[in-house]
Amino acid sequence: MGIFPFLVVAWVVAVGLYGIVTSRDLIHQIVCLIVVQSSTYVLLLGVGYVTGGVAPYFFDIPAHTRAVDPVVQALALTDVVVEAAVTALLLSFAVQAHKRFGTLDPHELAEFKG
Amino acid sequence: MTPRQRIAAFGVAIAGLVTCYLWAFAGLPGFGRYPGPYGPVILRNAVAQTNATGVVSAINFDYRGFDTVGEEFILFTAAAGMAVVLRLLRGEGERSPVDEAAGRRVPPTSGAVRMPALLLIGPTILIGWWLSSHAQTDPSGGFQGGVVLATAFILVYLSGEFIAFRRISPVDLLDAVEAIGAGGFAAIGVTAVALGFPYLYNFLPLGHTPGAVSSSGTIALISFFVGLEVGAAFILIVGELLEQTLIVRSR
Repeated sequence: MGIFPFLVVAWVVAVGLYGIVTSRDLIHQIVCLIVVQSSTYVLLLGVGYVTGGVAPYFFDIPAHTRAVDPVVQALALTDVVVEAAVTALLLSFAVQAHKRFGTLDPHELAEFKG
Repeated sequence: MTPRQRIAAFGVAIAGLVTCYLWAFAGLPGFGRYPGPYGPVILRNAVAQTNATGVVSAINFDYRGFDTVGEEFILFTAAAGMAVVLRLLRGEGERSPVDEAAGRRVPPTSGAVRMPALLLIGPTILIGWWLSSHAQTDPSGGFQGGVVLATAFILVYLSGEFIAFRRISPVDLLDAVEAIGAGGFAAIGVTAVALGFPYLYNFLPLGHTPGAVSSSGTIALISFFVGLEVGAAFILIVGELLEQTLIVRSR
């Protein structure tokens, strides 16, 4: 395993950024931003993994079973909520941009000033 | 900047970024050998201290409760921000899309969509409720439960019409539920202060059995309030976006 999960993180960031740069549609661009953000889940859970560890839930196993780090899992939950909030706001901006300028193409939108 | 130049500039930038990334990752402790001191300390003490068997929930709603208040208000602000951005602007008129294309008939919802959606509403509410009220025992909690509860209302939209969705989830009621959820969380923290403890201190009795639904003090209560807030916020957000497709606004 070694560095493999972290390679996945770098790959997901790079693919998402490529999508943002080349996108011709605001909605597609927002989805690409979600892809970039998804890399943080892989990173957080990858960093907190402990070899042989179980999920940090001790309902039916002894409380001192070796478990993965629960702090990064809590952070991942925060991450998901923030992503939902950011996506919702960006989508509403896209709706307004389309209403105002009649296009969702970032290249065409860049030509409108003000 | 032409698209070709843009790609070339991106290629240079991403090569640099990925190189720095891999360099940083190479310095991390190997996968599966996390050395952080904070997690193991919580793992050793959380179950005994809070009587919650879901340690992630114990962190979210107790140890890091203060962060979670902020997190909850991020969602609260986003729902409010959306309502502001998508409001009826000055000089805009609203009309139904039917007026735009009077000759075209809107096809009714097909039975293949309507039936599964109707069948799933009940179980979805049950699962959402269960998730919101079991943060202290299982991998669940108010955030997950709230989203699942909101899904039940979206199923109503799928199985019927937007009017039915609005009738069972009026905006005024959702605003009130969202405010109660967000305010309730903050109020639990203030109550702890009023009793002479730090903000969001777990001041309720912890119960005797770790993993019992009634155990873990404020963790279960906070999770329930978060469920209300998240559920209402998601229904508001989805409702705002659906409205944009169903009402034509123009000057």
